[in-house]
Amino acid sequence: MSINGFAQIALFFLILPLLAAPLAAWMQRLYAGDAGWLGWLLGPLERGIYHVLGPLADGEQDWRQYAVSVLAFSLFGVAAVFALQLMQAWLPLNPQGMSAVASDLALNTAVSFVTNTNWQNYAGESTLSPLVQMLGLGVQNFLSAATGLAVMLALIRGFSRERSTGLGNFWVDLTRSTLYLLLPLALLLALLLVAQGVVQTFAAYPTTSDGQSIALGPVASQLAIKHLGTNGGGFFNANAAHPFENPTPLTDFLLVLAQTLIPAAAALLFGRLVGDRRQGRMLLAAMLLVLAAAAVATYCAEAAGNPRITTLAGVDSQPREAMPGGNLEGKELRFGIARSALFATATTATSTGAVDSQHDAYTPLGGLVPMVLMQFSETILGGVGSGLYGMLVFVVLAVFVAGLMVGRTPEYLGKKIEPFEMKMTAIVVLLMPALVLLPTALAAVLPTALTALGNPAAHGFSELLYAFTSMANNNGSAFGGLSGNTPFYNLLGAAVMLLGRFGTLLPVLALAGHLAAKPRLALGAGTLPTHTPLFAGFLIGVVIVVGALTFFPALALGPLVEQLQLWQATP
Amino acid sequence: MTRIRHTLYEPRLLREATLAAVRKLTPRQQWRNPVMFTVWIGSLGTTVLWLTAVTGVADAPADFTLAVCLWLWFTVLFANFAEALAEGRGKAQADSLRRSRTQVQALRLQAPQREAGSERVASSALRAGDHVLVEAGELIPGDGEVVAGIASVNEAAITGESAPVIREAGGDRSAVTGGTTVLSDWLIVRITSNPGESFLDRMIALVEGAQRQRTPNEIALAILLAALTLVFLLVTATLLPFSQYAATASGGAAVSLTVLIALFVCLAPTTIGGLLSAIGIAGMDRMIQANVIATSGRAIEAAGDVDVLLLDKTGTITLGNRQATEFVPAPGVAVERLADAAQLASLADETPEGRSIVVLAKERHGLRGRALGALEAHFVPFSAQTRMSGVDLAQREIRKGAVEAIAAWLQQHGRELPAAVREAAETVARQGATPLIVAERPLPGGRAEVLGLVRLKDIVKGGIRERFAQLRAMGIGTVMITGDNALTAAAIAAEAGVDDFLAEARPEDKLALIRRLQGEGRLVAMTGDGTNDAPALAQADVAVAMNSGTQAAKEAGNMVDLDSNPTKLIEIVAIGKQLLMTRGALTTFSLANDIAKYFAIIPAAFAGTYPALGALNLMHLATPQSALLSAVIFNALVIVALIPLALRGVAWRPASASQLLRKHLLLYGLGGVLVPFVGIKLIDLLLVGLGVA
Repeated sequence: MSINGFAQIALFFLILPLLAAPLAAWMQRLYAGDAGWLGWLLGPLERGIYHVLGPLADGEQDWRQYAVSVLAFSLFGVAAVFALQLMQAWLPLNPQGMSAVASDLALNTAVSFVTNTNWQNYAGESTLSPLVQMLGLGVQNFLSAATGLAVMLALIRGFSRERSTGLGNFWVDLTRSTLYLLLPLALLLALLLVAQGVVQTFAAYPTTSDGQSIALGPVASQLAIKHLGTNGGGFFNANAAHPFENPTPLTDFLLVLAQTLIPAAAALLFGRLVGDRRQGRMLLAAMLLVLAAAAVATYCAEAAGNPRITTLAGVDSQPREAMPGGNLEGKELRFGIARSALFATATTATSTGAVDSQHDAYTPLGGLVPMVLMQFSETILGGVGSGLYGMLVFVVLAVFVAGLMVGRTPEYLGKKIEPFEMKMTAIVVLLMPALVLLPTALAAVLPTALTALGNPAAHGFSELLYAFTSMANNNGSAFGGLSGNTPFYNLLGAAVMLLGRFGTLLPVLALAGHLAAKPRLALGAGTLPTHTPLFAGFLIGVVIVVGALTFFPALALGPLVEQLQLWQATP
Repeated sequence: MTRIRHTLYEPRLLREATLAAVRKLTPRQQWRNPVMFTVWIGSLGTTVLWLTAVTGVADAPADFTLAVCLWLWFTVLFANFAEALAEGRGKAQADSLRRSRTQVQALRLQAPQREAGSERVASSALRAGDHVLVEAGELIPGDGEVVAGIASVNEAAITGESAPVIREAGGDRSAVTGGTTVLSDWLIVRITSNPGESFLDRMIALVEGAQRQRTPNEIALAILLAALTLVFLLVTATLLPFSQYAATASGGAAVSLTVLIALFVCLAPTTIGGLLSAIGIAGMDRMIQANVIATSGRAIEAAGDVDVLLLDKTGTITLGNRQATEFVPAPGVAVERLADAAQLASLADETPEGRSIVVLAKERHGLRGRALGALEAHFVPFSAQTRMSGVDLAQREIRKGAVEAIAAWLQQHGRELPAAVREAAETVARQGATPLIVAERPLPGGRAEVLGLVRLKDIVKGGIRERFAQLRAMGIGTVMITGDNALTAAAIAAEAGVDDFLAEARPEDKLALIRRLQGEGRLVAMTGDGTNDAPALAQADVAVAMNSGTQAAKEAGNMVDLDSNPTKLIEIVAIGKQLLMTRGALTTFSLANDIAKYFAIIPAAFAGTYPALGALNLMHLATPQSALLSAVIFNALVIVALIPLALRGVAWRPASASQLLRKHLLLYGLGGVLVPFVGIKLIDLLLVGLGVA
């Protein structure tokens, strides 16, 4: 541990709110229909899209129409990405002559990108052509994020409107998010990344004098939205650890910032749209507090190193001027321990899932933290849009218990939390553990599934648990060590990712629809205040307790026992 | 109904509850509570496991399985016991009500006239719309409306109050309740309810819980608890394959089914699940103890949500009667002359105000009350048309009344109200008092003259200001409803410390106010008794009808206060809040308990596979078996320990929502985390001490 390490982590937490605040103001403006000079520039395109969509883009949708639109659009996305991969060999812009992708892998990949998971059972540079990367995956990087934002907007409208059936129009929300938020930010970030040395080319892979083929491609354009949209699917197999995908500490910092930016702004946007900015600040504060604690915990665990090595005679694992000390296994030297710990926690707290180091090689405790962050149902910032709506479900849960304790039937922002709201909340809370634990249990006793493990015993179990945690929560980061490209993992994984995304999204839309129809009750001294540090603390408590109570036994058999064994067996 | 106050653990109730707890073990009864149903299944499962262990196929040591099995059955029984105890307390009350519902003979009339033809029928044969004649000394055979006659009625059977009340046709005192006794005179009553639907029947059904439907909030909480139970079912069920994987990889045996079932029961929210229905029944019970009958549990919950109370000034905020405190003479009139005239005008006035004028004149000016007969005086009572009262003497007539009424009288006789008196009246009104103008006119045909005014002061009830301050701290606003003019109302409102007032209120103004407040997103509570209150009562979220009120008011409200005490509204709100707080507190406590249970069970369950997990045995429990058993025993005993809390409700003092949240989080959240660490450790020590472990 060093001052320098803590300072690098602190810097991120200082800058993020400063960027999120103006972005939230911009989002409020653009969703109100005023996109400023961007509207002047892209307005004709926006109107053109509505013209093509025809009556679809007209008027308000109730929650069922909104949900049908989301489902239809996503299904079309899966079909398109699936078809592109199967036809890859016959399509242009394929300088390396990649062949068609196997159908189970193609399905897994298509579902993975449409659900904003970006779990990768393939290696980008040796499987997919630039055309498929851009037209298939790149497009979904934008659209899956915009879909998340649309559903989030629908839920916010559920809180801000009263006695209304309409939740807005999915197609309008989708178009505005893409044109005025994601595209400009992605363009800006891509240019910054190129300036730092990220490659951007359609050329064939060059070969070095000793015969090594160097993979290249349109990386920067893919990379920007991969982080801004909390997607995380790397152009290269090594993801953000690859020097062409994340060449400098500055690009690393920008990428962490990019993947947390929109989720952080979304929390503030929520406050603005429901007419009480303190609500948004409370949510953001709660999220950042957990993330900061997680980043520091991972950093400390990694800086402490592996006791079986650090206690060996002649080994100096203290940070010195010329070396960072601690556990550097699986980490890039240009990033070091602190940056890697921050990246690992930010990528799992948000549902990005990109990696700049191999989580598999972390100390057991250092690897436990990213896993737990995902097990908090991706509510700590979470995915673009999906993070906020996931967190709001937990807010409803927290309000329900805390509201009773102040002697009123629970309400949030003047909306009564009644049996229907509780039913939807219960589905969301129940679904995620089921999607993680049941497939993990199946894989733990299935010999064919176990052959994919890279390690035995507790560490192997961590690999399994991490994989399904990542897929069920639509994170997509890989612990590593698990060879997932088998029909079992491809098909089961696709199912888990689909259910994880839409099994949450549909109850959320139903919740939004019922909330919008309710009157908004007045708030007073007798109503539970939900903007206070006390409530923020309680909310954090609920998120942690629900996550911990659900996964403590499984974690005990994975990283926890591994950590204990590691330290107990050390003399 | 006589008020029955039970001690919590009356031996007879305890005995009956114990028997009922065993009777409730049938699956049909258990099915209604999903959390406890899963525990019931678990108990059954461990019983089977024990039987197979005895016959040779051991999943875990037979003695251990038996111990777990017994304590799981106890867990179910304890939850049943809590519910049965709460129900038993209600049943005792229902029995006492039922005793007053005896069969009586009724005299059914063919027409609503005393002389009409009649026949004797059993009260159970009466239908809505029948007319009956009830003479002195007879029981009123059913709920109804008086259509003719006036009588004093003893309603102690319903209200517990033995002082008789007057019931007469028309107006707000026309409702009678079956089972009450006519003491004097006679009444012709139009029956308004069919057999089995009377007020008494409904009360009995409510008290007994026969009609108890789960409230929306209870259902919402039950959904949450069911979801959590399912999560924990998933967690423990998947632990079997996880532990098989671990055992294959690292040696040792996979976790036994007995341990998994024990773990599941410990994690499932059994504490709140087992006490949930008892909390609801006890809330209804506390309402009945306060002599308030709620027509549904939903109404009790709504009482907790109320943010505005509409309170009638008279009787709630001020004492029912105003008192004369000062004589203010008109310019040029001696104060003694005013006092004398005022006293004369009030001698025959039996209203509290009139009596207080007589007393004030006597105390201040030594004027003794005189017999009107000796003065050949003729008393002019207050009428709605003239809005004045007074006295006609041989040589003069004296009138007293409100400013506008006297001004109108003066105008009739060609005079104006002097500006000085009008100003004086306004000053009095601004101070929250009511000015009563006194004027006289020599007979025959003399010039009318204004003598001055009597200051009538409303007496604000002692301690009411503090209660309003408490309500404000809880975020509940108060609105005073009064027929007084705005000036008077503002002054009394300031003195009593209400947040707002509605002056010169007519029933339709009340209704409009409620609609406006509800439009702003507020939940409104009010009390009412008159038929003209009915629309407002129907509109309000919590509407407490006075038992002394009309049938229409009682039908429109969702609660009836048997004591007819409008201040009760504040108590009703407190009971509603307490019910919800108890639910929240026990839910938090129940969930917080799980943390300690994990630290007891996880190291114990995997001691064979991963001894390193022993580091998580923070409580240093003796053996894996004692650790598991201690957790299971704690889980069962905590239900019993919390029964008094569930039945009595959490103790609380009025405070803002933030303060309440902080206090309850500390007590039930943090307490819920820490208590089981201590409890489980103590039970473990005891098990070791007894040599069981």
